[in-house]
Amino acid sequence: MEIKVFVTILLSTIFINNYVLSRMLGLCPFLGVSKKLDSALGMGLAVIFVMTLTSFITYPVYKYVLVPYRVTFLTTIVFILVIAALVQLVEMVIRKVSPALYDALGIFLPLITTNCAVLGVAVLNLSSGFAGPDASLGLLKSVTQGFGGGVGFTLALIIMAGIRERLEIADIPENLKGVPITFITAGLLALAFFGFSGMKI
Amino acid sequence: MNYWKELVKGIWSRNPQMVIGLGFCPTLAVSTSLSNALWMTLAATFVLVGSNLIISSIRKIVPGHLRIPIFITIIATFVTVVDLLLEAYQPEVYRSLGIFIPLIVVNCIILGRAEEFAQKNGVFVSVLDGIGMGIGFGLTLVVLAAVREVLGANRLFGYPLIPGMEPAAVMVLAPGAFFTLAFMLWGMNAINARKKRK
Repeated sequence: MEIKVFVTILLSTIFINNYVLSRMLGLCPFLGVSKKLDSALGMGLAVIFVMTLTSFITYPVYKYVLVPYRVTFLTTIVFILVIAALVQLVEMVIRKVSPALYDALGIFLPLITTNCAVLGVAVLNLSSGFAGPDASLGLLKSVTQGFGGGVGFTLALIIMAGIRERLEIADIPENLKGVPITFITAGLLALAFFGFSGMKI
Repeated sequence: MNYWKELVKGIWSRNPQMVIGLGFCPTLAVSTSLSNALWMTLAATFVLVGSNLIISSIRKIVPGHLRIPIFITIIATFVTVVDLLLEAYQPEVYRSLGIFIPLIVVNCIILGRAEEFAQKNGVFVSVLDGIGMGIGFGLTLVVLAAVREVLGANRLFGYPLIPGMEPAAVMVLAPGAFFTLAFMLWGMNAINARKKRK
């Protein structure tokens, strides 16, 4: 029956509790990088990668370092430093492997550090009880939640970028241009995603 | 240097959310009720003032390429202080703010002010800047929360408001947050545009 648990985690992080549209995490990159479809895709992939990796690393750090040494009050500090180091690593890898992608993402790569979705998933893994003393397969569940959260973020980002590319040519009232119309679009999207909350898995 | 200007700029002309466009996540997520909004403001202002104070006082000895990790560690320390204080003295608030207390670390306003202001200016002005930005952040949060709580739950500070009015539950959910903020930004743009025309 374990497969069912993972499917549930995936579906709920991607659709029902979508990180951007329902939990409202990671709004800065959601607004900042959603102007063009291809840079949205690149940003999304980078976030999926970082979020999965973050879940994979913060879980053992919490369970096998912070808890045994009774320093769980340091969780926030340790997590954010782990994430900062990870993002630095990803940045170096992308610069080496794909300079084009590196140019496209520009200043937004370092900003993944302060993307609340990334720290959010690390904290949510704890509050979901995945790292509890009697939780089984906690690491796998955490990684699934990280991956699902990243996919949900990317999904929202790509939908938004697609809509914004069309909004460019739309006739919008002067004062609504830019951020306000983006928020109205996001609200409508959130309303649509809200429909998933009745879904039975 | 005009101290008063540094203090009040956060309220309108350099409002963190409405003008600079930072810190939307906690603004939208925590504004479900007025008391949540006020506690969030208090917590974020404490962190903002504390980190601005420390960062501006060590600004001359921090090596440039190492500044971001150092700033984040300082901010995270203050967030931990807030986290433990709230857990000990206000457990109910702690539960209702949930993960958004540790997430103050990644509230872009705080790192943004450290980068843009505290590492370039003196201690006293930086503290003023922190207080001002905290008030500005809180003002947006409080207005948003008041609208959402009244329309979405027909309550204010948890007290029932207008008898017989059916609240629109969507306002306390995510879509309501997006719509309300969109209309606030629209209103602000309209006011600024009118000012410019005069």
